[in-house]
Amino acid sequence: MEFDALFLSRLQFAFVIAFHIIFPAFTIGLAAFLAVCEGLWLATKHDVFRRLYLHWVKIFAVAFAMGVVSGVVMSYQFGTNWSVFSDKTASVLGPLLGYEVLTAFFLEASFLAIMLFGWKRVGPRLHFVSTLIVAVGTTVSAFWILAANSWMQTPAGYGLDSGGRFYATGWIEVIFNPSFGARLAHMLLAAFITTAAAVLAAGAAQTLRKRTSPPTRFQMRMAAATLALLMPVQIWAGHWSGEIARDYQPAKLAAMEGWWQTREGQPTILFALPDEGAQRNRAEIAIPGLGDIVVGGEKPLKGLDAFAPDERPPVSITFWSFRIMVGAGLGLFALGLWGLALWRAGTLDRPGLFHRLAVPGGGLGFIAVVAGWIVAEVGRQPYTVYGLLRTEDSVSPVAAGAVAGSLLVFVTVYAIIFTAGALYMARIAVRGFDDEPAELSKGASALAAG
Amino acid sequence: MDLPLIWAFLIALAVMLYVLLDGFDLGVGILALFADDEAERNVLAASVEPVWDGNETWLVLGGGGLFAAFPLAYAILMPAFYLPVLIMLAALIFRGVAFEFRHKAVGARTKKFWNGAFSGGSLVAAFAQGLILGAFVQGVEVEDRAFAGGAFDWLTPFSLLVGVSVVVGYVLLGATWLILKTEGATREGALKWARRAAIGVGLAMAAVSLATLSIDPRVTERWGISMSHVELGQIARLAPIPLAASGLFFWLWRDLTRPGAPDWRPYVLSAGLFLTGYLGLAASLFPYAVPFAKTVWETAARDNALGFLLVGALVLLPIILAYTAYVYSLFWGKVKPGEFYHG
Repeated sequence: MEFDALFLSRLQFAFVIAFHIIFPAFTIGLAAFLAVCEGLWLATKHDVFRRLYLHWVKIFAVAFAMGVVSGVVMSYQFGTNWSVFSDKTASVLGPLLGYEVLTAFFLEASFLAIMLFGWKRVGPRLHFVSTLIVAVGTTVSAFWILAANSWMQTPAGYGLDSGGRFYATGWIEVIFNPSFGARLAHMLLAAFITTAAAVLAAGAAQTLRKRTSPPTRFQMRMAAATLALLMPVQIWAGHWSGEIARDYQPAKLAAMEGWWQTREGQPTILFALPDEGAQRNRAEIAIPGLGDIVVGGEKPLKGLDAFAPDERPPVSITFWSFRIMVGAGLGLFALGLWGLALWRAGTLDRPGLFHRLAVPGGGLGFIAVVAGWIVAEVGRQPYTVYGLLRTEDSVSPVAAGAVAGSLLVFVTVYAIIFTAGALYMARIAVRGFDDEPAELSKGASALAAG
Repeated sequence: MDLPLIWAFLIALAVMLYVLLDGFDLGVGILALFADDEAERNVLAASVEPVWDGNETWLVLGGGGLFAAFPLAYAILMPAFYLPVLIMLAALIFRGVAFEFRHKAVGARTKKFWNGAFSGGSLVAAFAQGLILGAFVQGVEVEDRAFAGGAFDWLTPFSLLVGVSVVVGYVLLGATWLILKTEGATREGALKWARRAAIGVGLAMAAVSLATLSIDPRVTERWGISMSHVELGQIARLAPIPLAASGLFFWLWRDLTRPGAPDWRPYVLSAGLFLTGYLGLAASLFPYAVPFAKTVWETAARDNALGFLLVGALVLLPIILAYTAYVYSLFWGKVKPGEFYHG
């Protein structure tokens, strides 16, 4: 592997986008959670919802700020490091990203100000509307960015001019391209699940420190129920994405599954060490024939041998990221079911093994999101626009030294702000609900039983 | 319909709004270097806390809009300005998270670190934006459809001059914003800084204008002067820009040195001064999207892409401006100590 501008730019893009996606994944879910809490508060006047809101909005502010600053970076990456890609795809992707700014970013930024600072300046209803607008804004942002990404995976509604530049022949086909629906569903569910896991972890940490209060109990129940209810839906959405990969990106599917041969009765591989040199798996543990049943579609299902070596994605990364994602998701499903069982038994508030596992479990959602995106993006290789524009033909004419320098800067800066941000969020989350802001303390004694 | 021309106007407008809006909050960040104590620093930060994020979104629109509307310009300029863009982004990251982190930090040393990140990030971001502007104005080497210069082409005496000028300009916007938003000793301090920065801006605008005139014969000719002759008609056509700048400058100076001017006026006059500088640059460089290599028409995206996004922009931009104005009006008035603190 050569440390040229191409390789370093890929590494840098992978790093800055993986760092960035953590925060939208969290804020999409958290904004929805906050909207639910504030809505319930307005409807029931139960103080527990108001305390939940005031508590989580502080964490939201930190996560949102980190999402904003790492997002500004993304809007310049295409130009600084992928200028040829930009030149060739902008007449299709440009408007999608432009609409993201116009329909989502301004909305979020402006109404976030009311959410955070507007308590004394607007009434409770308008404040709730602001929270709703921010929640909708985060989702609209996901809509556009996933439309753009999905178009790169399964391009549709386009033509190519003599200079190899894409143009749109139908905007509906571009936006609602074949993989868009599945990807949007998969990502939004991932955001809700990731947030639920983090909320559960915070409640579990409070319980272990014997700082349980009515909001703690409510947030743990809500989080466990969300995990248990949404994980089956997420498995379905993931399966839907898999079917689309089977039909549109069979090389990606073959790498995910670790299938080297095209044949009837493909296995489901539980463990293997793919050997790309020998084009086979080592130490494979597999269930024969299950792959054919799970994936469905026309048989025989293609293996990597159906593609020339320079048309295949990196196998080990795709294969293992897929397993990490699935494993993390199943772990969260188990936590959700376990939490529900404890709720029924009336022991969800008593510290135990569940709580000790739920605390690190708060990271599983983030791990699954990043691993899932690695499957999607590495699995799309060696293309940026699948089947049409190769990654090596997309990179900017910049010096390797400049990219090495920028990568070093991003790693350093992100390490600092990630450490600080994660620490501050964890500190607030674990501290519990004894942090009543003075300006809002009237009626705080009327605590509702969670 | 000339869609590239419309988009050139819209993106110029977005960048202009970015400069006027994020300019003052970056300026406030720079001035926080000189805050007397933590309480004053909190007041300074609170004066921009509800609006900085929205302000910075205009930069995202500028970057995203350039990608969407003038992809070839974006594809040439971004690699050309690789390092200053990187510096700007790193600085904006630090100062952006510092708004939150400086409240969340517990230890005295980490608090100091994030206060430093807030001010230092603001200063470096402003300087980097000036470097980028200077490098843009001086022109970029292009071969075929790509940047063909070196990694440090942007680093010249001219770009350094523009870098310093932008810092001084943002300090003026920040100081006049603080005249509007603060009271008592903080406001007095802001007034003092506004006077210093106004002198700096006057000198900087004169220096940058003269330097710009000598950068490329095409610019000089645009202003009616060439090696062989002077064209008075052309000079007269563009003369209103420097004349307006001088008028605004003296009006601002009056407001800053004599009592009685309303608190909003110094900021508005400073913004007006920025606007004249901006118009002067636009008049010098039009129609280049990549000076002096590619025009807006040569770099524009397909008409159907420009049209598709224009429909949305024409509907959404007025709405965005309306709710932005609403948020500004909601947080109108002097900042009270302790306001917005949400540790």
